[in-house]
Amino acid sequence: MREEIIVSGRNNPLIDPQLHVWHWEIPTYLFLGGLAAGLMFFAALYTIRNKENEYKTAVKIAPIIAPIALVLGLIALFLDLHHKLYFWRLYTTIRLESPMSWGAWTLMVVTPLSMIWTAIHMKDIFPKWNWKFEVIEELIEFFKKHKKTLAWIMLISSAILGIYTGILFSAFNARPLWNTSILGPLFLASGLSAGAALVIWMSKNHAERKRFAQLDLMIIGIELFLIIHMFMGFLASTQVQIDAANLFLGGAYTAPFWIFVVFLGMIVPAILEGMELKGFKIPVAIPVVLVLFGSVMLRFIIAYAGQASRWLY
Amino acid sequence: MRYAMAIDTKKCVGCSDCVVACQTENDVPIGYCRDWVVEVMDGTYPQLEMELRSERCNHCENSPCVRCCPTGASHYSEGGTVLVSKNECIGCSACITSCPYDARFVHPEGYVDKCTFCLHRVKKGMQPACVAVCPTKCMYFGDLDDPRSEVSQILKKRKYKTLIPEAGTKPHLYFLI
Repeated sequence: MREEIIVSGRNNPLIDPQLHVWHWEIPTYLFLGGLAAGLMFFAALYTIRNKENEYKTAVKIAPIIAPIALVLGLIALFLDLHHKLYFWRLYTTIRLESPMSWGAWTLMVVTPLSMIWTAIHMKDIFPKWNWKFEVIEELIEFFKKHKKTLAWIMLISSAILGIYTGILFSAFNARPLWNTSILGPLFLASGLSAGAALVIWMSKNHAERKRFAQLDLMIIGIELFLIIHMFMGFLASTQVQIDAANLFLGGAYTAPFWIFVVFLGMIVPAILEGMELKGFKIPVAIPVVLVLFGSVMLRFIIAYAGQASRWLY
Repeated sequence: MRYAMAIDTKKCVGCSDCVVACQTENDVPIGYCRDWVVEVMDGTYPQLEMELRSERCNHCENSPCVRCCPTGASHYSEGGTVLVSKNECIGCSACITSCPYDARFVHPEGYVDKCTFCLHRVKKGMQPACVAVCPTKCMYFGDLDDPRSEVSQILKKRKYKTLIPEAGTKPHLYFLI
């Protein structure tokens, strides 16, 4: 038997008895950032492939959610900072080793980009929209001319944003649960899935809905594959990572993870989307809300469980 | 120059004087601490073994906290000590999650705070507060690059361990066993 206690009474807030320094703000932001990345990725992809009119919702309408999600996410990030008035320090340096520095600069590119994209399509979303100032009209005309270039920048930067939401966690070797590079692709896939689901919800076009249901099904398949691989990797690794995996395989996070994330967030919506593709009539909101819910839960559970996993000594 | 600390687990009695000395010297806010004492009890009665360790920031050579800091507030300073510049820190807590020793905390004023090896004292030729005050003289502080320093000498003579060397941080807190 081994018992280890701090006898001098260390009780640093947010650190003891168990690390909980990142609350709801970080996972909320990771979800919103992932969702925006998903929406922008599909918009860029189908613009590059010249399918703007076939997939009108994905390219022109759904991306309006992206700047809203990003701004809300940025507010959440700002709330998370403890030394708020110094936030501008993020933008006085570029630190290649720090995922958060990457994230801050990526957001600096992605957020204005999402706003420009929305502005370009404002008249497609609201036909009566009037910019009132000629300067703005001219500016938008300029961006419209270079839409393909914008789409390429958006494709790459949204993929970086989606992956970075996972890398933010996986760069911390002090938290064995997070210390797996699979979190990058897993969070990207989860963001893409959420984006695709939102397109299905907003679209009124049958062909587009079908396309995105197929895409979503495929991405959910990839997510399940990545989750299985994540656990295989953990179980074949060191004791600390085996312990981290056990948080989900019998430990405190077993029920929430497998029920909310895997079953309700992936398997059930996959079945419903599959049934819809086969011709069954299913209210589209159900699978969409489940996918979004699963995506939120994935971030919250990984964020909270990661802070509970630690090295032994 | 490479500052390090060696702590004799055989001589430490766990009085926590180092903790109080640090809190006083560094004006650590009430309810917080930059160093602490861990008691490890091994075995079942009557075969018990106890180890006492006075712990603090390990001033790692390969510090995850310096690596993950988005603004460069966490940095290496004189003698390899790891410090936080409070006017650069945004309080994002990335360094806190990155530290396998949980040695950092958020100061009530918002920035992240931790042990500094009392660099302000060391610069004046004094020992860190915790070392200076230890009633059993179980702590040794000095320059690892100087073979005649107290810490180099004791590490030559005694067996020692570091905490979680497998995390790859190259800690500079040595525990004599």
